[in-house]
Amino acid sequence: MGLFFSLRNSFDHGVHPRHHKEQTAELPIQRVPFVARYVMPLGQHIGAPAKPVVKVGERVQRGQLIAEAGAFVSTTLHSPVTGTVRDIGPHRYIDGNFRPAIEIEADPYATQQLPPRPAIDWQGLSIDEFIAQVQAAGIVGMGGAAFPSHVKYAIPEGQQIDDLLVNGAECEPYLTTDHRLMVERPEAVIRGTEIVRQKLGAKRATIGVEKNKPDAIALLKQHVGELPIEVLGLEVKYPQGAEKMLIKAAYNREVPAGALPRDIGVAVNNVGTVVAIADYFDTGMPLIERVVTVAGPGVAEPANLIVPLGTPIREVLRFCGGLKESTREVIMGGPMMGTPIADLDAPILKGSSGILAFTASETGRPQEYPCIRCGRCLEACPYFLNPSRLAKLGKARLFEQMRDDYHLMDCVECGACTFACPSGIPIVQHIRTAKDDLRQQKVRSEKQ
Amino acid sequence: MNELLTAPAIMTGLGLFFGVILAVAYKLLRVEEDSRIARTEELLPGTNCGACGEPGCLPFAQKLVVGEVEPSKCTVASSDDIDEIADFLGVDAGEAEKRVARLKCAGGKAQAFQIAEYDGFESCRAAAVVSGGGKGCSWGCLGLADCGVVCDFDAIQMNDNGLPVVDIDKCTACGDCVDACPKDLFELLPLSRKLYVQCNTPLAGESVTVLCSVGCDGCAKCAADAAPGLIEMKNELPLIHYESGLPVTPKATSRCPTGAIQWLEGGQFVEEESQNESRYAQLH
Repeated sequence: MGLFFSLRNSFDHGVHPRHHKEQTAELPIQRVPFVARYVMPLGQHIGAPAKPVVKVGERVQRGQLIAEAGAFVSTTLHSPVTGTVRDIGPHRYIDGNFRPAIEIEADPYATQQLPPRPAIDWQGLSIDEFIAQVQAAGIVGMGGAAFPSHVKYAIPEGQQIDDLLVNGAECEPYLTTDHRLMVERPEAVIRGTEIVRQKLGAKRATIGVEKNKPDAIALLKQHVGELPIEVLGLEVKYPQGAEKMLIKAAYNREVPAGALPRDIGVAVNNVGTVVAIADYFDTGMPLIERVVTVAGPGVAEPANLIVPLGTPIREVLRFCGGLKESTREVIMGGPMMGTPIADLDAPILKGSSGILAFTASETGRPQEYPCIRCGRCLEACPYFLNPSRLAKLGKARLFEQMRDDYHLMDCVECGACTFACPSGIPIVQHIRTAKDDLRQQKVRSEKQ
Repeated sequence: MNELLTAPAIMTGLGLFFGVILAVAYKLLRVEEDSRIARTEELLPGTNCGACGEPGCLPFAQKLVVGEVEPSKCTVASSDDIDEIADFLGVDAGEAEKRVARLKCAGGKAQAFQIAEYDGFESCRAAAVVSGGGKGCSWGCLGLADCGVVCDFDAIQMNDNGLPVVDIDKCTACGDCVDACPKDLFELLPLSRKLYVQCNTPLAGESVTVLCSVGCDGCAKCAADAAPGLIEMKNELPLIHYESGLPVTPKATSRCPTGAIQWLEGGQFVEEESQNESRYAQLH
């Protein structure tokens, strides 16, 4: 059985959505021109929001620190542009709510060149210095969750990381940011992987790439050289890019429910994250821009773009020829897990891997039928939960029972169950509603 | 023969032994329960709604009998029932002011601006999780009736404008709607607090009025018109200090440019339609 798994290089359950990557897979990454106005939300990562260190009216340089980390699980923000701080206050976030943010007006006469900084000698850094450097660079997980990377590197006493797993699976349909990075900058991927591997003291590193990206696999293999890095082709399946699924696929090891990968000696980083780390140590450039795929049937000219953080989504779409008349919904992230955007003036965030526009034929609410107990959601769930039961309890508002008896909190909301459901039941939405209700109850009880 | 009797003998012996223990324990460890508790619980409505602050009607009855609470703490029972309980226990019924759920928002479909269209299933919390529900004001009522669904007393109905109307006669101030609202818009207030701010937006000035025509823009005119010290502006919203004992009059609402501060004679949003009708009558 073990041999069978290792030959297959995948995890159990999961679904096979059409990957739709042909739209942008061959398009080289372009740079988006600078625009007039940038908005940097203070809480665009998981954890405590950042604290502004600039004042309204202050002039800032591109790459200058504008907000420091609010806690250990938090990270820094840097100005994506040379210009003037116009406002620090509530601005609309992608979810439609107002969140505190720093608004910067770009200086149209500035060169927007990064001030030259010497490369950082990462080999001489201790692990604590390395963690501090990564936090100072504002680097977060670039796959979409935006979890501050330095927190992952702070390994508690008594634990040891043996394997570094670099996530190049990119299992979400439409998205090609990681694919293009691996094809265009394989040396940076390898370099970033090696930096993190040595600093964590891992014995080996594995770069997991789904087999629908053969060019990326071949190029990475060429660039590995003598380093203890393995490039591993994985069977194409969703959600391969989920941390725990990737560990199962690459090493055939399971992370227990409620535990973290580091508990079994594995650290997982996205391809985009290791490239950001390589860039920071080579050029001193903090995280002020990222690669974004703009695609979907509603976009006039799909593209892979380097976008400065804080650029309004509207400007990015304008660069891509605007939206088609028939567009009905714009999503940030992939179509399986992404967030619908309530306001196009919301900015690009550290975790924005894609901007996808869809027309009426792909979106909209399917006709919902009663659950026919076919069990497809159970076969789809990579965490072996019981989604049909969870949805039923969610409808009846029995949220505590979902948490206590059906492992609600182990759900990562990958959407495989909803994708598989022939009755069109919005299972994940029920689950997210339940989680939100329980979270709010907890906040209230702590207040009292 | 002897062996045949051993087993029953042991069993009988054991039975007698434990029986004696139980009999002794019954006498020695007996806890006298007040017989009035059962009767009091019968008189209570039995909804176990939690409005009194106790987990259910039985714990409330226990506290009633020992005199820790007054019968009027139960907001569900009718005043006749309360009097009956008070008579039965020989205590004073106490005077509890009737409280009802009030909504800190008046921005219905006709007043608040929508930035996106929500297309999921009908639940405020589900909408709030997706993209804030598409409402321009991210603090406002989403109008998908989570409060109405959880109300055990059928006291909340959605009006045509997409706002929950609380029936003040049916409302028992149990607090279920307070817990259900994802935007924390409901609060339980005594009916006598007639001056009320129907807005929850911490923004000020034009950034409010572009989102909603009845939002509070933080102009502080109400604070100037009311008795000095009664209304304090906090987070760009008027905070009414009822506990100060200062006179509260409808004058505070007179210059409000948006109508966010209201003088409530009874329930919220009840006059909306009649007002519109009278305006229509004036125009034609």
